Amino acid sequence: MINSFLEWLGSTAWSVRLLESLWMWPLLESTHVLAIALFVGSAMMMDLRLMGVTFGGVRASDFTSRLLPWTRGGFVVMVITGVLVWYSNPLRYYHNIFFRVKMLLMVAAGLNIWLFHSRTHKKIAQWDMDAPPPRAVRLAGILSFAAWTLIVVSGRLIAYNWFDCDIQPQPGWVNWASGCILPAE
Amino acid sequence: MLLPFFEWCEATMIGRTIRESLWMFPVLEAIHLVGLSLLGGALLVVDFRLLGVGLKDSTIAVLDRQARPWMLGATALMLGTGVLLFLSEAIKCYYNTSFWVKILTLPVAILFTLLVKERFARTAQETSTASRFVGATDLLLWFIVAAGGRWIGFS
Repeated sequence: MINSFLEWLGSTAWSVRLLESLWMWPLLESTHVLAIALFVGSAMMMDLRLMGVTFGGVRASDFTSRLLPWTRGGFVVMVITGVLVWYSNPLRYYHNIFFRVKMLLMVAAGLNIWLFHSRTHKKIAQWDMDAPPPRAVRLAGILSFAAWTLIVVSGRLIAYNWFDCDIQPQPGWVNWASGCILPAE
Repeated sequence: MLLPFFEWCEATMIGRTIRESLWMFPVLEAIHLVGLSLLGGALLVVDFRLLGVGLKDSTIAVLDRQARPWMLGATALMLGTGVLLFLSEAIKCYYNTSFWVKILTLPVAILFTLLVKERFARTAQETSTASRFVGATDLLLWFIVAAGGRWIGFS
């Protein structure tokens, strides 16, 4: 059902137009990549502060109040451009193994953010200038840094079709992980 | 005049090895992008502060001192992976306008960051007209480098 929906989505006029566009697709993709500097970049600086690796003289709450709006702004740009790039070829991305890994990592990164904000961040006044920050804070920073690094890497690799369903034969686990529907022998 | 040099680059052992490998170029690209994240972050926190936004509770000098090692490390990572990527497709780059935009702006951006911005930020405390000019120029130069770099793959 998902497949037929995505096939239909990919056949809509705007999707076809986007995929075949000379300028629009590269512009969206470039905006997506350049916004990494703003979004992942500022998130990583915050992570380094939470890990206690650098920005020792800067309050952690400075990052979560004054820098975070910029990080969020960058995230909005990434999501909009990302969804549009996905919309240009939804079925292909859905079955791309790197895209799937990236989406799972985004869920993991989101969970980590949610845990941090619903627990550790509530008591920020108690550890705002601690050097090094408490263990739970450092752990949140490390997990976030690792997740975004892997998300950037897997995002870049989506461009490669090494494990796509139309490239066969593949090991069984690759076809399973990509959700490939293979014609019966 | 420069073409023989680019041809030589492309023919180097390193260039050939990366070109003939299925995965080396993509992996280098991915690391190059992780470098972009780090460099972008380290540049932006200071440039934002110079412009008077972001981490305003700290002085420019404090932020700059903390961000500098990451900015330098990320630049080294980007240069290292960038040179390797270039060696694998030097001739394509020679005929690529985006490459020339990027490669000619890059030394300007590096020199501006190291000689102007870092010197200015080392002692600056609060936002001023001068700090805004330095921050905006730094952002603009690196934006051209990054946008030109991304566009190499499209043209």
